[in-house]
Amino acid sequence: MKDTDIRQGTLALMVLKTLELLGPLHGYAIARRIEQISGDLLTVNQGTLYPVLLKLMQEGSIKAEWGASENNRKARFYSLTRQGRKQLQAEARSWEQTASIMERFFAVKAQDLK
Amino acid sequence: MKTLRRLFHRLLSWTTAAQDEAVLQAEIEQHIAMQTADNLRSGLSPEEARRQALLKFGNVEAMKESFRDQKGLPAMETLVTDIRLALRRLRRAPAFTAAVILTLALGIGANTAIFGVIDSILLRPLPYPHAEELVGVWQSAPGIPALPPNLACSPSMYFTYREENRTFQQVGLWQSDGASVTGIAEPELPRALIVTYGVLDALGVPPLLGRWFSQADDTPGAPETLILTYGYWQRRFAGDQTIVGRSLTVNGKPHIVIGVMPEDFQFQHDPELILPRMLERDKLYLGEFSHNGIARLKPGVTLEQANADQARMLGIWLNAWPVPPGLDISLFRNARLSPKIQPLSQEIVGDIGATLWVIMGTLSLVLLIVCANVANLLLVRAEGRHQELAIRAALGAGWGRIAREMLVESVTLGILGGVFGLALAYLALRILVAGGPATLPRLGEIAIDPTVFAFALGISLFSGLLFGVIPILKYAGPRIATSLRGIGRTFSQDRARHRARNTLVVIQTALAVVLLIGSGLMIRTFQYLRNVQAGFSHPEEVQILHSIIPESVVGQPERVMRLHHEILNRLATLPGVTSVGFADSAPLETFLGGSNVLYAEDKTFSSPPLARMRKIAPGFFKTMGTSLIAGRDLTWTDLYNGRSVAMVSENLAREWWGSPAAALGKRIRENPKDPWREIVGVVADVYDKGVNAPPPKFAYWPAFMNQYAWTGGRPVVVRTGMYAIRSNRTATESLLTEAREVIWSVNGRQPVFLETTLKDLYDQSMARTSFTLVLLAIAGGMSLVLGIVGIYGVIAYTVAQRTREIGIRTALGEQPERIAKLFVRHGLFLAGIGTVLGLGAAAALTRLMTSLLFGVTTLDPMTYVTVSTLLIFAAALASYLPSRRATAIDPVEALRAE
Repeated sequence: MKDTDIRQGTLALMVLKTLELLGPLHGYAIARRIEQISGDLLTVNQGTLYPVLLKLMQEGSIKAEWGASENNRKARFYSLTRQGRKQLQAEARSWEQTASIMERFFAVKAQDLK
Repeated sequence: MKTLRRLFHRLLSWTTAAQDEAVLQAEIEQHIAMQTADNLRSGLSPEEARRQALLKFGNVEAMKESFRDQKGLPAMETLVTDIRLALRRLRRAPAFTAAVILTLALGIGANTAIFGVIDSILLRPLPYPHAEELVGVWQSAPGIPALPPNLACSPSMYFTYREENRTFQQVGLWQSDGASVTGIAEPELPRALIVTYGVLDALGVPPLLGRWFSQADDTPGAPETLILTYGYWQRRFAGDQTIVGRSLTVNGKPHIVIGVMPEDFQFQHDPELILPRMLERDKLYLGEFSHNGIARLKPGVTLEQANADQARMLGIWLNAWPVPPGLDISLFRNARLSPKIQPLSQEIVGDIGATLWVIMGTLSLVLLIVCANVANLLLVRAEGRHQELAIRAALGAGWGRIAREMLVESVTLGILGGVFGLALAYLALRILVAGGPATLPRLGEIAIDPTVFAFALGISLFSGLLFGVIPILKYAGPRIATSLRGIGRTFSQDRARHRARNTLVVIQTALAVVLLIGSGLMIRTFQYLRNVQAGFSHPEEVQILHSIIPESVVGQPERVMRLHHEILNRLATLPGVTSVGFADSAPLETFLGGSNVLYAEDKTFSSPPLARMRKIAPGFFKTMGTSLIAGRDLTWTDLYNGRSVAMVSENLAREWWGSPAAALGKRIRENPKDPWREIVGVVADVYDKGVNAPPPKFAYWPAFMNQYAWTGGRPVVVRTGMYAIRSNRTATESLLTEAREVIWSVNGRQPVFLETTLKDLYDQSMARTSFTLVLLAIAGGMSLVLGIVGIYGVIAYTVAQRTREIGIRTALGEQPERIAKLFVRHGLFLAGIGTVLGLGAAAALTRLMTSLLFGVTTLDPMTYVTVSTLLIFAAALASYLPSRRATAIDPVEALRAE
C-alpha cells in the first residue's frame, strides 16, 4: 500500500464525517472544515480533495447538486447518501478498532513484554 | 459490489468525459474564487490573495490527471492514444506505410478471397432447408469394374425405393436435359430439369407461385405440366404474375404452367424449366442406369442406416423387375449392385475441395512471406528508433509500455492492410463470379458473408501480432536499457544484431522455393496436357451447333436423317467451310452420351466390357480431324441402305484384336438382340473425358440404323445432335447467323442451342488445371518478388550499417570489388540455406497436390533444378545491386559521416 492511498482513505473518511456533521457543503467549505479540524493535513494541497469526492460519488456514498453559496455564487453541494451514512458507520468502527489496536501497540513498553 | 458500481460509473463517465472536465474546471474556479475572497477579507492585496489561493490549491494539472485517472477506463484511453500516435508515426513515413499496407492487402486479400470461395463451396450448407438430411442415391457395381464408381439409378428403382424404403422422407429421380420451347419467339432449347414426384418435395424449397408437382402429375396420361424457374420466368414472361395456368409448347406438346420457383432456388446445371418425368411402370426393366437419385432422410437416420436400407431394397429390386430384352439376369447378379448413399453436398461439390485447399495453403504461405517481409521492414524502423527507445527506457518507461506501443503500431498496420485486403477480396470475388470456370460448383453463391469478414479480421490481427512480435523481442525486451551501451559511434555493427533479419530472409526464400516449385509443377502439368494428341486437330476451327428434331415435328426416322443430311449439304456450301459432320455429341461433351456393354462375335468376356458409344454420320471424323488408322469412314449409302456397319477406336482394336487392321471385318453389337455390325474402319483415340484422363475405348454406330434393340427393334435416328463445321470463320457471328439461317431454311421448327467451338470444350476440360495454374503462378510470382525484395533489403541495410567499416577497409587499401564480393557472398549464403530448406519442404508439401498433377511426379527434377537456379540467380542479382554501393563509398566521407 502506498503512502498516498492511506492518505486518500483517511481523507475520504474525513469528508464523510464532515458531511454527516454539517449537512450539504460545497468543496471549498469541506476543505476549510477539514483544514480547521486537522490542522496540517490539507494546507498544502486543497486540490487533492476533488479526486476523493469523485471516488466517493462513483461509489454512491455522496451525491452532488448545483446550488447557490452563502454569497450567491453557483457551487456544487455535496451531501451524504444513505449508503454513505452506512459506510461512514462501518468505516468509523473499523477505524476506531485500528486506532485502539495501534494505541495499545505503541503503549507497550519493552519491560511489559518480559 | 462497490468495485462493480465504480466500474459502471467509470464506463458511464467515459462517454461524458468532455462535459465532466468542464464541470471540474468550474468547480476549481469557484473554489479558488472563494479562497481568494476569504484571503481578501483577511487583508491581502488582490494579486497576493489570488496567488495564495492558487498555492493552497496545489498543482491543478496533477490534480486533474489523478481525477482523469479515476474517470473512464484508463487502459482504453491509452489504447486510443497509442493508436493515434501510431497513425501519426505511420503518416510521417508514407513510403514505408504504403509498401507495408499494399503487400499486406495483397496477402490478406488473396487469402480472404479464396477463403470466401471455400466458405461458400465447402463450408456453408447447401441452399435447402435442413440440407444435412439430403442425400444422393447411387449404386456401385463391384462385379463390373468398368462401370463408374457412382452408378446412377434405373427408373424401376424409383418405384422400389419409394415403396420399400424405411429411412426416406422423400425420394425421387431426376435428369438434366434440354427441352425445346416453340411458339413464343425463335424456337429455343432451355435447360430443363426433369423430375419424378418427390424431388422437389425432398429439396423442400416452396414455389413462389402455384404449386409443386403432385403424384398425379407424373402419372402417364395426366395433363402435361411444367414449372418455371425465376430466371426463365423473368426473361421470357417479364415476371408475369398470371402465368400460372397458361399453356406453353414444350417438345411439340402443350404444357400447363403450374408454378414458378423462387429466385433463390438453385439446382445442378442451373435449370430453366422443370418438367415431370412420367414413368410407365409396366414398361420398366431392371437396367438403364440413367437417372440421378435424391432423397431426404428421416430425422436422425444416419448414412450407415440409409445404406443398409438401400442394400435391402436392392435385393428386392433385383427380383421385382423384368430383365431388359436380350440381356441375361446373370449380368445383373454378377454386377453385385451395392448401396452408395452419400451426402448431396459431396455430389455437388465433387473433388474441387483438394484444389481449393492446395490454393488456400499456398496463399497462406504467401501471407507468411508477406509477414516476414513486413517484420523485416519493422526491424529497420525499430533499429532507427533504437536510441530513442533505449533513452526512454533509461528515463523510466517500462518495457511493457514500449512493447505495447510498438505492437499497437503493427496491429494498426495489420488492420489497415486487412481493410484494403477485404476490398481487394470483394473485387476478386466479383470477377470470379462473373467469369470464373463454369466447373466451379455453387459459383453463384460465392459472396463475402460474416464468416469471411471474421476470417479477414482474424488473419489481419494475427498477421499484425506475428510481424509485430519480432521487432519487440529484438528491441523492446526486458533488457532494453542495456542496449544504450551499444549505440556510441565508436562501435561497429556486430553479427548478432542481424540474426533476426537473416533468419527472416532465409524463411522467406524457403517459402518462395516451395511456392515456385508448386507453380512449376503446375506449369509442367499444363505443358504435358497441351502436348497430348487429343484425337482431334485445330479445335479452334471447329464450330459446334446443337439441334433437335422432335418426334412431334418429324416422325419418320429416315426422314429425320435426310433432313440432317440436307442441312449438312447446305452448311458445306457456306463460304470458308472446309468440311461438316454430324453426331449425337461432340468430343469432350462428357455430360452427353455414356458407356454401354459391347459384345464381339468372336470374343467372350468374364466381366462384360464397356465402351463409349457415339452415333455418327459420314464426315464427322474428317471434320474433327480424327485420323483414320485403318479401313474407311461410313458412307451415306451405308446409312440409307441400312448396312450393319460400325467403327471402333484404335485402343479398342488393339486390345481386342492386336492391331487396327485385324479389327476390320470383325463384328460387334451393343445388345444381343441387335444384328452384328461389321467394323469397316478404325480411328485414332479421342480423349473424350478430358486430356488428363486416358482415352476411353469407343464404338461408333451410324446415326441412322434400321434395326435397334433399345427401341424395340424399330429404326432409330439421332434426333438431338450436333452439327460440326470446320471453317476459318469459326466463332464469328456471321458464320453462326448463316448456319442458323441454313438450319431454319430446311426446318423452321428446329431449335439451335449450345453453340460452342471444339476449342472451348477443350479449354473447359482444362479449366480447373488452368485455374489452379494461374492462382499458383500468381502466388509463386508474388513470393519470388517478395523474397528478392527481402534479400535486397537485408544486403542494402547491411551495406548502410557497415559504411564505417567499409570506409576503414578502403582507406587501408582493400579492393572495393573484394568488399562487394563479401556482400554478394552473404546474400547467396542466405539464399542458399533458404533454397535447401525450401527444396526439402517442397518435397514433402507438394505431395498434397498429387491429384492436380498430370505427367509429372511431385519430385520432378526439372522443376526443382529450374526453381533453384532461378532463385539463386535472382538472389545473386538482389545482393549484387546494393553491394555495388559499397564500392562507391568514399572513405573520407564514410569516416566523417557519423
